Amino acid sequence: MRKFFGLLFRNRLASLGAVVLGAIVVLVLITPILPLQNPDITATADRFQRPFSPGHLLGTDHLGRDLLARLLYGTRLSLAVGAAAALIAGIIGSAIGITAGYFGGRVDNLIMRGVDMLMAFPYILLALAIVAALGPGLMNALFAVAAVNIPFFARNIRGITVGLAGREFIDAAKLSGMGHLRIILTELLPNVLPVIIIAMSTTVGWMILETAGLSFLGLGSQPPQADLGSMLGEARSALITSPHTSVVPGVMIFLIVMSINLLGDGVRDALDPRLRSGALSRPSATTLVDRRGDVPPPTDDLLAIQDLQTEFRVGARTYKAVGGVSLSVRPGECLGLIGESGSGKSVTALSVMGLVASPPGVITGGAVRFQGEDLIGAAYEDLRRKRGDRVAYIFQDPLSTLHPLYRVGDQLAEAIRSHHPVSKAEARRRAIDLFAAVRIPNAEARITNFPHEMSGGMRQRVGIAMALANDPDVIIADEPTTALDVTVQAQILTLLDDLRRERGLAIIFITHDFGVVGQLCDRVAVMYAGRIVEEGPTGAVLARPAHPYTRRLIACVPELGQGRRELAAIPGLPPEVSNLPPGCAFAPRCDKARDLCRKGEIALAGPGARRVRCLFPEEDPA
Amino acid sequence: MTARSPRPKTALKVDNLSKTFGLSRSFFGRSRPGVRAVRPVSFEVSAGETLGVVGESGCGKSTLARMLVGLTPPTGGQIEIEGKALNNADPAEFGRLIQYVFQDPISSLNPRKSIRQIIEAPLKLLHGMNRAERAARIREIFASVNLREDFLDRYPHEFSGGQAQRITIARALAAQARILILDEPVSALDVSVQAQVLNLLRALKQEFGLTYLFISHDLAVVEAVSDRVIVLYFGAVVEVGRAEKIFKNPKHPYTSLLAESAPVVGRALRAPEQKDSELPDPLNPPTGCAFAGRCPRATDLCRTTEPPLSQMGEDQFAACHHPL
Repeated sequence: MRKFFGLLFRNRLASLGAVVLGAIVVLVLITPILPLQNPDITATADRFQRPFSPGHLLGTDHLGRDLLARLLYGTRLSLAVGAAAALIAGIIGSAIGITAGYFGGRVDNLIMRGVDMLMAFPYILLALAIVAALGPGLMNALFAVAAVNIPFFARNIRGITVGLAGREFIDAAKLSGMGHLRIILTELLPNVLPVIIIAMSTTVGWMILETAGLSFLGLGSQPPQADLGSMLGEARSALITSPHTSVVPGVMIFLIVMSINLLGDGVRDALDPRLRSGALSRPSATTLVDRRGDVPPPTDDLLAIQDLQTEFRVGARTYKAVGGVSLSVRPGECLGLIGESGSGKSVTALSVMGLVASPPGVITGGAVRFQGEDLIGAAYEDLRRKRGDRVAYIFQDPLSTLHPLYRVGDQLAEAIRSHHPVSKAEARRRAIDLFAAVRIPNAEARITNFPHEMSGGMRQRVGIAMALANDPDVIIADEPTTALDVTVQAQILTLLDDLRRERGLAIIFITHDFGVVGQLCDRVAVMYAGRIVEEGPTGAVLARPAHPYTRRLIACVPELGQGRRELAAIPGLPPEVSNLPPGCAFAPRCDKARDLCRKGEIALAGPGARRVRCLFPEEDPA
Repeated sequence: MTARSPRPKTALKVDNLSKTFGLSRSFFGRSRPGVRAVRPVSFEVSAGETLGVVGESGCGKSTLARMLVGLTPPTGGQIEIEGKALNNADPAEFGRLIQYVFQDPISSLNPRKSIRQIIEAPLKLLHGMNRAERAARIREIFASVNLREDFLDRYPHEFSGGQAQRITIARALAAQARILILDEPVSALDVSVQAQVLNLLRALKQEFGLTYLFISHDLAVVEAVSDRVIVLYFGAVVEVGRAEKIFKNPKHPYTSLLAESAPVVGRALRAPEQKDSELPDPLNPPTGCAFAGRCPRATDLCRTTEPPLSQMGEDQFAACHHPL
């Protein structure tokens, strides 16, 4: 709650709205005890007095009534009616929306087609018809405005509910013995409540305007009762001669509606989880660089990641996602990068081409050298030219990386044409060749498919074709087979293996699966809590793991053909990278940890290619 | 566990259970063919047994599981739980006898409810326990799943995947069902945590005498926890057998394809032999064996006649005209 107000008042316009609205509300609340004249007493002799005339601070109207008194009483009424209408529309509309969304099917169809019919009428016409049927009067105007706004709430809330009703916790609630009403009230309602509040806060102002509109037309409040709309209506005939009689209620409507809208927008921004996490603040085109310390000297590797450090700065906390990682690949080599979720393997990969979202990501140290040239801090145009051209990525879920509205062939051609000035026909021809290269049967026909028309395995082949489009030197594959079935995974892995042999590609293959690493990679690096804890030739690391973490992680993996058994497990959880312990990050879970492990920096050391970050390795990693 | 009638030997019996989606009449009254997500399936699970169910995405394993707990009404067939026929698809009635553990633990917990509210729901609604009984029961369950009681007043987002999955298992235990459907219970978890949860499930099974239906796409996990395994392809059972034998000695070419595709350290990388990797189109299913299009052994007989599930060796059944 405090966080909500903190966010709300960081927004200056929302604070301004809150202050203005607060002042107005306080004013109308204390109106009955203020020393005001009776707003309904006419004195035709004093008609159309100017503002600041004695006894009438804001002047008088066409019947000589005190405008200040009428304004305050009128505002009181208009605010109350607007708020009541919003509440009624919100409650009824949300109830309809939740019911339709939860039950779905025929119920949904019936209710929502009814709502559609309501929406088919222009709202003011509908309100007029309702008032005409019920007769003029403020209460009827209130009902009309509420009724007109019910569809807005119903549709909004139904959309949210449909998404929630398919979630597993609703199924779990059914299995816990809950009935429909209880599920709607205790499972769904708390989850849609923020949306209802957002919708209400942004529509109250609109409803006040609509009520004023009806009153202006003489269908709302009846004389002598004052509300802002009727005041405007009565002042209309004297607009030229005595403009103040219309300006006074006009300014008040303006102030109310503006302040409510500003506050409502602020409430929405503060409550919406996506906006709160800063998703709308556009990330910069490359990751921010704030390098401290020396830049390591170049090496002769094709791609070398040198002592890379990447952090996420969220509020006051700093998450050291990557804490000094060094890796390198040579042409034709496949390097496996293995680790559990949160170990920093994907952030390492994205840092290479400056693809970590900034904010909150910042690269704080080290270098990434492609053929000796440092890519960290390189100009955007430089990076853009190399992205996808020299260093290409394959991601886990091809359905979310391919654009759903373009044909896959066109997307592939675009990837080629953005780096090489070739004609459309030439790009298309290359696209067909690439499809054939990744063994998509019927390449000519398949390039006209949309992504949703392909199976998961075929889409990932398109993803690989896309990565190959410009004949890159390095491919970084981030869990490319995790979302696929095993039979398809085997085909994709075989394909990647053939491609690197045929084309001399260097591959950095990120995965959590030892089986995959064992089959595909020449070398492997194991990550834990943002650092490499062990690296070496795949066969040696898998057969004789030196770091206790590697050994125990391998033991956790069940392998086919070993029958029923108790599985080895690692108790505890990885440390949070915002609060790393001193010394070895694995020490709290390690059964061999001693006091020495819990202090000081432990180096990644060992002979040749085989290195381990442990003071007491499992065996001599020779 | 509260004392209940002596338990029958067969915990769960499914007879010709099937589900067809989208079976409806079009606007002009012509009936449209539906998608047959689950073709008539029959099997039995004995009390105390773990039956593994494997298959690739789209093979109907989740639909089958949802029918077994009453979340999806079946199109045809019978479900019998502990000798009691249940065909009304009322999750509340199923809930006392059979419970479900979902794949994604975080999304199966309501983000706006405390853990205590979540665990108490089945105790209150299915068993009508009062406050003191509930507190005692929760203490018992939390001790069994190795969770600290101070977790009870926290909210789901504060937990890691492994802890959250233990909470959902605790909820299933709270309903006092003796049969649990475990739908990919560890595939959203990291390997080190996966082993913790699998070992917990094994311990709970012994402690409470539970019966499991364990669904997974990971053959190694299924083999490690199951007594028997059924293999689903395109909504139908293609092979059933003892867990220790079925992958070592498969009879159906599809089971063999699955077993050969699983990546294993030390085995050379090669794509197993198959003609086509695409699944058949569910809207336009092939006649005969659904696997024929991918099968290297397929003959004309396979493409015209659907093979029945028939016994091949002791305890092993396969639906194939040309078994391995």
